[in-house]
Amino acid sequence: MSKDQALIFELSEPERISYSLPELDVPDIDLDEWLPEEFNRKTEPELPEVSELQLMRHYTALSKRNHGVDSGFYPLGSCTMKYNPKINEDVARYPGFAFVHPLQEEETVQGALEMMYNLQENLVAVTGMDEVTLQPAAGAHGEWTGLMMIRAYHEANGDFNRTKVIVPDSAHGTNPASATVAGFEAVTVKSNEKGLVDLEDLKRVVNHDTAALMLTNPNTLGLFEEQITEMATIIHDAGGKLYYDGANMNAIMGAARPGDMGFDVVHLNLHKTFTGPHGGGGPGSGPVGVKSDLIPYLPKPVLVKENDAYRFDYDRPQSIGRVKPYYGNFGINVRAYSYIRTMGPEGLKQVSENAVLNANYMMRRLQDAFVLPYEQHCKHEFVISGKKQKKLGVRTLDMAKRLLDFGYHPPTIYFPINVEECMMIEPTETESKETLDEFCDVLLQIAKEAEDNPEIVQEAPHTTVIGRLDETTAARKPILRYQKA
Amino acid sequence: MKHRYLPTTDQDRKEMLETIGVDSVQDLFEDIPEAIRFKGELKVEKQLFESELIRYMSKLSSQNANTLENASFLGAGVYDHAIPSVVDHVIRRSEFYTAYTPYQPEISQGELQAIFEFQTMISELTGMEVANSSMYDGPTALAEAGLLSAGQTKKKKIIVSKTVHPEARAVIDTYARGQRLSVVEVDSSNGVTDLDKLKQEIDENTACVMVQYPNFFGQLEPLPDIEKLVHEQKAMFVVSSNPLALGRLTPPGELGADIVVGDCQPFGIPAQFGGPHCGYFAVTKKLMRKVPGRLIGQTTDENGQRGFVLTLQAREQHIRRDKATSNICSNQALNALASSVAMSALGKKGVRKMAEQNIKKAHYAKTRLEEAGVETVFNGVYFNEFVIKVNGPIKELNRKLLTKGIIGGYDLGRDYPELNNHMLVAVTENRTKAEIDMFVEEVGGAK
Repeated sequence: MSKDQALIFELSEPERISYSLPELDVPDIDLDEWLPEEFNRKTEPELPEVSELQLMRHYTALSKRNHGVDSGFYPLGSCTMKYNPKINEDVARYPGFAFVHPLQEEETVQGALEMMYNLQENLVAVTGMDEVTLQPAAGAHGEWTGLMMIRAYHEANGDFNRTKVIVPDSAHGTNPASATVAGFEAVTVKSNEKGLVDLEDLKRVVNHDTAALMLTNPNTLGLFEEQITEMATIIHDAGGKLYYDGANMNAIMGAARPGDMGFDVVHLNLHKTFTGPHGGGGPGSGPVGVKSDLIPYLPKPVLVKENDAYRFDYDRPQSIGRVKPYYGNFGINVRAYSYIRTMGPEGLKQVSENAVLNANYMMRRLQDAFVLPYEQHCKHEFVISGKKQKKLGVRTLDMAKRLLDFGYHPPTIYFPINVEECMMIEPTETESKETLDEFCDVLLQIAKEAEDNPEIVQEAPHTTVIGRLDETTAARKPILRYQKA
Repeated sequence: MKHRYLPTTDQDRKEMLETIGVDSVQDLFEDIPEAIRFKGELKVEKQLFESELIRYMSKLSSQNANTLENASFLGAGVYDHAIPSVVDHVIRRSEFYTAYTPYQPEISQGELQAIFEFQTMISELTGMEVANSSMYDGPTALAEAGLLSAGQTKKKKIIVSKTVHPEARAVIDTYARGQRLSVVEVDSSNGVTDLDKLKQEIDENTACVMVQYPNFFGQLEPLPDIEKLVHEQKAMFVVSSNPLALGRLTPPGELGADIVVGDCQPFGIPAQFGGPHCGYFAVTKKLMRKVPGRLIGQTTDENGQRGFVLTLQAREQHIRRDKATSNICSNQALNALASSVAMSALGKKGVRKMAEQNIKKAHYAKTRLEEAGVETVFNGVYFNEFVIKVNGPIKELNRKLLTKGIIGGYDLGRDYPELNNHMLVAVTENRTKAEIDMFVEEVGGAK
């Protein structure tokens, strides 16, 4: 494979096209005359000019320089890189889903609304909440939506002094960021030696200014917060609300529901647990579920069913308003709904059981060669530390890069931030035991290389189309677009 | 239970449990306290086999009027444009759609380069120096532009023209409430922002002024005049733009905009009942380090080989946490890819030609309607949308149109009480002369 990949602009030659529009079939007008001078564009945008085959070769070449779940194992912790079913891709492209305008009259989109309504009901069942909105576009967007609802709830109670949102030190970065965007101040609660929220520290930070506690359960270490009901009591007694970050829902479907644990608001990442897919970073979908006392604050419009017909209810005086135009990332929701129907209730439960089994199996296979910071069973993912290897001069980053030589996407590294040199591994339920074994064998071999031949790890990767990139220069002297030499 | 997505066999399970040192999978769930364990079966709809799913979803799909079988004159922010076939062939390559965010550049060069190319195309179209790798959609991008402006100017007042998309204004309101910013809406006059009223509102507390170009009514806002008013008060000038229109119209970047946002849906992304589409976010170089979301930069590896990486990440939530410029994490990468492919397929000349055909076909439709005695309102220059007034509710007219295979335009009375019985008509390059003539005949007959 050639190591250099031209930019599409570098392939461009005047007059080449990959698509032809029909000739104009209405009377022509001279736009240079018709458009007022100030609106008449003079500088042409430098867009590429290539033939259709050149275009396909270009993007095919790019795709070959990219690793997806279909290319190989992708145990990226916290991201749930499971198989993306092909039937979902087909269904989402049906004309009545893909080519429907969001502002058509409601009577012309009843099938789309039925799908949305059913999906909402299914998500209510999985989470144990009372109502779900599909409007948020992604997880972080759902977090912010949920926090805005919590704020509206407190303010409706005349409670304007609840300015703080508590997040664990192991939380996803989006949690504190969403708190800020929703107008709160983020406060950190520490983890204890078991990797769980320190209840004493929680009691210390909770008080009358607490708006909410945001929590992932299982947490980002892959551990179940066993004292969740005690935590819920502490927060509720102080007048706060409990927010569930659904990034790790793949661990507990059919085993436990956030609604039963005492959570008041939940977001789900349909691109994770419900096979989205991830799309190279998006689009996702981040529905939010709430308990009954927060229903009045749901974003509007709210989808309602009356006499076997569906309509949007805009008359929601206490709603936080819109968080997104139209009704959310419908196309992703079609895929998630297809997935849920393909699994059924028993299937979803089996998904979580297998995901947890796979993670525990890998954790035990790897625990001796690395440092296992927390001894207990994990849920769908686990964290190991490369502390031992670091002493030999091999960092976790090096081991991650070495995994590339074997055709794997590395685990999440250096997150959560409370474990030194960590690797966060999430196999998911769609991987076979053979794949898990092969990956563990390679990681054990790399641990051995760190002892016997550290250079090979430190200098990795050796087989990729490009070596380690100079990120410092990229940030100091940013080149963010192509410019003709 | 056996399932095609679940490869673990009974034998595998037995061996794995042995390695773990437990007797059953249930033992791994013992850390969930008894009181909150879920017992029984989830009340999720029953499982469907693939063939059953296809039948059921086909049935639901067929209950929706689609824009392939009907001629759509509905726009209002989402448009029926030609989508080159190659777009779907590229985004269906699973190396793209089954990948995550390109945090490991050595095995993500494809995605990184494709989005670097996307950033370049958006910079070119908008006339801005820097574009990010995408936002959820145009309206949330516009709301984020408001937050950026407030952060940059340390001022709390956002001015939005009422000619900005009503749903975008609703989204801006929600985001502004989050940050305790005030939003002031400015009325329109003859379909564009009322400059006198705008001038009265802009003051030393103004963080930014937001306008849409072409605006919600399809009209072209007088950007040069607005720019002067905005910058006289040292506020930021934020323009939301349909990127296709910029294939023919002077880009906001050449008219003094500080931030240009919008939605790439017109390039290669089907309407999909409102999402996912693809927001873009472009700024001047000065604001480069304040941009929300991911940026791709060019660099080299240790051998001097050109490569691409996520860069300036110190702005982002996974590094900066509560001090991040935005909480955005997932974006719309796959749709940014779709738009890049569409722009590449159309090419420099094709984008211009497509934009021109939109103007020309809208011009033809408007002229024909006027000839047929239909009242058109607002007399400014437009892109591919214009407003007509009819006698009677738009909902009824649209019902009648649908029986002829036409999806009618947007009922402006929903958002503007003074525009009851007014329809926003969109005419893209996809509408044939025959379809336009039929629309004119039906609407003309109903006037």
